[in-house]
Amino acid sequence: MLQPADEQEIREIVSHAAGAGSALEIVGGGSKRNIGAPRETTQLSTSRLNRIVDYDPAELILTVEPGARLSEIEALLAQHNQMLAFDPWDFAETTGGEPNGSTISGVIGSGFAGSRRISAGSVRDHLLGFHAVNGRGEAIKAGGNVVKNVTGYDLPKLMAGSWGQLCVLTEVTLKVLPRPPESRTLVMRDLSHATAVDAMGQAMRAPADVAAASYVPAQNNEPSITAIRLEGFGPSIEARSRLLTGLLKNAGHLEPMETSEAGAHWLRIRAGNLPPALLPLLWRMVVPPARGPDVLDGIERFGGIGMMDWAGGLIWARTVAEAAAPIREVAELAGGHAMLMSAPEDVRHDIPARHPEPAAVAALSQRVRRAFDPAGIFDPLRFEAKASERSP
Amino acid sequence: MPPAMPEPDRATLSRRAEIVAALRRIVPNGVIDDAASMAVYESDGLTAYRQLPMLVCLPETTEQVSQILKYCSANEVKIVPRGAGTSLSGGALPLADGVLLGMAKFNRVLEVDYANRVAIVQPGVTNLAITKEVEGEGFYYAPDPSSQIACSIGGNVAENSGGVHCLKYGLTTNNVLGVEMVLVDGEIIRLGGRQLEQRGLDLLGLIVGSEGLLGVVTEVTVRILPKPELARAVLVGFADTTSAGSCVAGVIAAGIIPAGMEMMDRPAIHAAEAFVHAGYPLDVEALLIIELDGPAAECDHLIDRVAAIAKENGAVSLRTSTSEAERLTMWAGRKAAFPAVGRISPDYYCMDGTIPRRKLPHVLQRMNELSNEHGLGVANVFHAGDGNLHPLILYDANKPGELERAEEFGADILRLCVEVGGVLTGEHGVGVEKRDLMPVMFTETDLNQQQHVKCAFDPASLMNPGKVFPQLHRCAEMGRMHVHRGQVPRPDLPRF
Repeated sequence: MLQPADEQEIREIVSHAAGAGSALEIVGGGSKRNIGAPRETTQLSTSRLNRIVDYDPAELILTVEPGARLSEIEALLAQHNQMLAFDPWDFAETTGGEPNGSTISGVIGSGFAGSRRISAGSVRDHLLGFHAVNGRGEAIKAGGNVVKNVTGYDLPKLMAGSWGQLCVLTEVTLKVLPRPPESRTLVMRDLSHATAVDAMGQAMRAPADVAAASYVPAQNNEPSITAIRLEGFGPSIEARSRLLTGLLKNAGHLEPMETSEAGAHWLRIRAGNLPPALLPLLWRMVVPPARGPDVLDGIERFGGIGMMDWAGGLIWARTVAEAAAPIREVAELAGGHAMLMSAPEDVRHDIPARHPEPAAVAALSQRVRRAFDPAGIFDPLRFEAKASERSP
Repeated sequence: MPPAMPEPDRATLSRRAEIVAALRRIVPNGVIDDAASMAVYESDGLTAYRQLPMLVCLPETTEQVSQILKYCSANEVKIVPRGAGTSLSGGALPLADGVLLGMAKFNRVLEVDYANRVAIVQPGVTNLAITKEVEGEGFYYAPDPSSQIACSIGGNVAENSGGVHCLKYGLTTNNVLGVEMVLVDGEIIRLGGRQLEQRGLDLLGLIVGSEGLLGVVTEVTVRILPKPELARAVLVGFADTTSAGSCVAGVIAAGIIPAGMEMMDRPAIHAAEAFVHAGYPLDVEALLIIELDGPAAECDHLIDRVAAIAKENGAVSLRTSTSEAERLTMWAGRKAAFPAVGRISPDYYCMDGTIPRRKLPHVLQRMNELSNEHGLGVANVFHAGDGNLHPLILYDANKPGELERAEEFGADILRLCVEVGGVLTGEHGVGVEKRDLMPVMFTETDLNQQQHVKCAFDPASLMNPGKVFPQLHRCAEMGRMHVHRGQVPRPDLPRF
């Protein structure tokens, strides 16, 4: 594993790899390495670039190097009652790997936001600017250090969810927000998939400023749990709780969940923590929220289990390997997509982790990748699969 | 003087009649080619710069847009897309040898999907029309540029428009979930949809704010939000801008993100008050409008806290809206600041830099010095919450040399913004106006990277050339810049 100490060393490594045409896999904490196809790469770790460059709480701006640990960043922000509002999590909570390993570059590279996505936006909405080394070995920057900026193309958007396939990040600037002083989770038990999404939809359509909304189906004689989280100042939470209790009285009895129980509940939802049992494939599906129940029904029809976040718009699912094709079809029919998050090696070999795009969009994405990485050295085979005829 | 535009292509101009005829076959009643009728298209909101296009084309369907672009690609004809023409940076300034592609006829709301909390609209629909369409059901579309009554959602997508409420609710890019667009070769694609994340690279995020350089958007899916139960505004006066700046920082340090937090300086306050009689105090140097929204209990709670913070920071006057009418009057002055300044000065030139908030006192002081140096007045309105400045430079275009001085003053202000760690433009776009200042903020390598992205969409540089980038590179030349052990040639390309 290559462990450059600074931008200059990264430039040299990249230039050399571009000249030799060898694949580089950019690694932060390494917790998401097994998302994607098994493949031969040289790993380039950014773990030595791990400084907090600038943090000014009053500006709501944080600048860090890519290898800064998520846990360290969150602890620093917490000292000032601030947070990364898009609700990132340590991926070990999903896979059961080594905890506290996730770095900010991995959070950005995956583009995965947690339960607060529906109210606070995703990683893309909080990444304001970056410095990086592109596939030509050049140091580049884009975006800026302020929240409002339309100077040039919004390349930071492309970085969130780019999976290390565009460039090597060397510094990132993020928007941070005040941590809500209070939080309350209200739950309804025993709703069906459809009535749960209907109730969450009603809450989302009301001026209740719902921070997060999730649904865990009935299992092992436990009734289903529909949970709505409110965040903010005490008097506001009180008023919004009353509003929702009245609004949803026909759907069921809405009651507060005890704080520690609620904490554990949301951690589990955010990380997509479904018991593996005999279902080795873990999926993360993003669909229009009202289609959530259809998708969950579809998953269960093919012998899988699932749960919903984002008021129905995000579905975590576990299935058997044989269900892969139908799962993608279910997601597509609902107008969404399904990413394969975890699977045995042979499955990852055959099935691309990322939901394939329509041909014209795939071709455009490929041209955009080449705009950053003309030699195609940044982990080009990660989302390719044996079954695919497309060249890398 | 407008910055130089690419030299018109003689071969294209000589084929004008043929091009008009070809586009008429695609859009039978939608081609304008006489100078008198084209005059309304000769500039956008940046009226200092004018240019008649070669012809104007007004398609009505995505299929027509596709055929027009396919024809223009095959014949190497340049295209300038235009929404409502309210751009303040010259983004829709025509080209003498280009087709001005007006999207005004794409003016229908196609669907409101309340179950998924989205509206699907054509790009010519105005920003405010989306809110009008959904407000009966208690919803609204959050980004609210001051020109929202006129500006189109397609233009908002091109510019990534903001507004006074984007501090809490985000810019256009944070509120758009999907687009249908036509690439320069006529290919129709969809990015995103009704869900909160797109598959693959976030090309949607790249399209928003791309200033019409990457393709033509023909349909937009936006998030709609439930209207907050109540909104109340507090009007706070300060004896100096430094105290107003500390109050802004104090509010944020208390963990409060107001729906809006606007600042005006003395010249702007006086101009606005004379125009709309909003009841602004005239004996203060800085005025803040802080808006809180949410349940009544939340508004009451936060207004008390904001008032306490304002007093701690030396507020000399403080008034809270007690009715919706009073709140709207408080905003009326701010929203009319531009026309109000238009009444005290024959012309004004609006700038749009963003700075780190803590640099505000320094920047305002430097701006006063620059005002003296250039001999031109300046009034400031400021999205204080997010650091976005709108200095309005006062000048008289009829006085020889004043426009040029105003432009120089403006450029100095933007250089100052970058110097203190900010950016050239917060929400108005680069367009033609700030194109030649791009090297102040970006290196040649940074700009080349952006142009490589442009080439991935538009290899022949037919989409809105002459905007955003100070140098027009040919993609073929860019493509030759292959890496050889990190040694990148730097072709000495001509400036146009």
